[in-house]
Amino acid sequence: MAFSEDSGCGYQNFNFFLAEKKSAKAVADSACSWPGAPGVKLTARRSSLDHYFPSEVLLGIAGKDFVILAASKAAMRGPTVLKAEDDKTRQLNKNTVMAFSGESGDTVQFAEYIQANAALYSMRNDTELSPAAVANFVRGELARSLRSRSPYTVNLLLGGIDPVSEKPHLYWIDYLASLAPLPYAAHGYAQYYCLSILDKHHNPNISLEEGLKLLGLCTDELKRRLPIDYKGVLVKVITKDGVQEIPFDNDKIVRSA
Amino acid sequence: MSGYDRALSVFSPDGHVFQVEYAMEAVKRGTCAVGVKGKDIVVLGCEKRSALKLQDTRITPSKIALVDDHACLAFAGLNADARILIDKARLEAQSHRLTVEDPSSIEYITKYIASVQQRYTQSGGVRPFGISTLVVGFDKNDSTPRLYQTEPSGIYSAWKANAIGRSSKTVREFLERNHQDDMDREQTIQLTIKSLLEVVQTGAKNIEVAIMAPGKSLEMLPDDQIESYVKSIETEKQEEAAKKKTRTGTATAAILTRPGGE
Repeated sequence: MAFSEDSGCGYQNFNFFLAEKKSAKAVADSACSWPGAPGVKLTARRSSLDHYFPSEVLLGIAGKDFVILAASKAAMRGPTVLKAEDDKTRQLNKNTVMAFSGESGDTVQFAEYIQANAALYSMRNDTELSPAAVANFVRGELARSLRSRSPYTVNLLLGGIDPVSEKPHLYWIDYLASLAPLPYAAHGYAQYYCLSILDKHHNPNISLEEGLKLLGLCTDELKRRLPIDYKGVLVKVITKDGVQEIPFDNDKIVRSA
Repeated sequence: MSGYDRALSVFSPDGHVFQVEYAMEAVKRGTCAVGVKGKDIVVLGCEKRSALKLQDTRITPSKIALVDDHACLAFAGLNADARILIDKARLEAQSHRLTVEDPSSIEYITKYIASVQQRYTQSGGVRPFGISTLVVGFDKNDSTPRLYQTEPSGIYSAWKANAIGRSSKTVREFLERNHQDDMDREQTIQLTIKSLLEVVQTGAKNIEVAIMAPGKSLEMLPDDQIESYVKSIETEKQEEAAKKKTRTGTATAAILTRPGGE
């Protein structure tokens, strides 16, 4: 592993980042493509899109002085719900949260890798990173990963309040390393149902209360039209005072039209 | 020169590794750092070099550094060496969190720092770290204060209170005389500053103090508070000196009268 300073005391071998830990998958991959292995056919990893399950819901809404991130609570493998209280978010620092969906395993691995590097950066430089800085770091890491043998299949929403300007920021990032700063954003099937609602009702000056109401409209629509039980959403709100999990009524019954 | 201090990691015939001993000498020449454990907090105090007239003090690095949210370190010796060692410790602290999802214990971090220092006494092409460190903090879900020391040789040890750097012997002896178990916050801070004042002549503006409490982030004591501590300690000292004077005054009088009486 790159960060266990294996080569004696070579200070020239200074590691700038906390290195990634190779997942078992990547190790297996490199094993079967070993050029000297006789009888083993070099097989490409299945295409990410074949497997990627966009039935996870990620929603983000930025308002006047806050960002709301909502992530579905179902942990699924294929059509099976494995867990109904999954937390698909990680706090990166005092004022930034990342919500993620995508290939299970990749998601948590990647999020925690980012989390550790953000913490390391703050510790080394005695500063909190701004959401913009974290978002661009994440994008860079995804772009690097995309060009590796086994890229991360992770889609992200990153929300936070800039510690200096106290302005809210929301970033949409996907596994192809596109980055877009947006006033509201969604990943997966949720895009098809929620973006139109947000187009109509969102404006950048809404209060937190209005923002949560808007989120309610979105989840109502998902319940009405999306034929998947995503087990409700977990809602995190970021304000200048920090991050808070907000109780959200997921038991409301919405009849289909 | 005996010749055994030229190449590194080579023993002299009488079993010394001179480079390590020179590193310890560099520590002795560094400014003083003190660590004191109280009942439920642990305090680090440092002697601060006074800034030059034209220096920008905002970016003069401190001798107290955060290794992780729950662990903190003060050093004595070569500042430049400390930067590298602290960076390695921070990397390991975060790496530990990433692998086992828990913050490292203070002992683990100390052991890691000490093992890096040891490695630099037994490898070719490098020289030892010219620093000693005091590592303090709290383990996860534990409110026992921790205080460890590491040395250039790679030795590490646990303490109730200790000092490193210039005149550390004087300060350690002072701590030995005055340390009590179960000191509250005020007493612990007071003892830290008092012990530093044994060797820091210039007073409050050359002292920095950091306080760690369980579950809380590092607290750097503001300058005005340090100053008020220093003032109260100084008036206390003066009062004591005045008392001693009057006492010694009567004592000499008694001695003087005795030969007269005989």
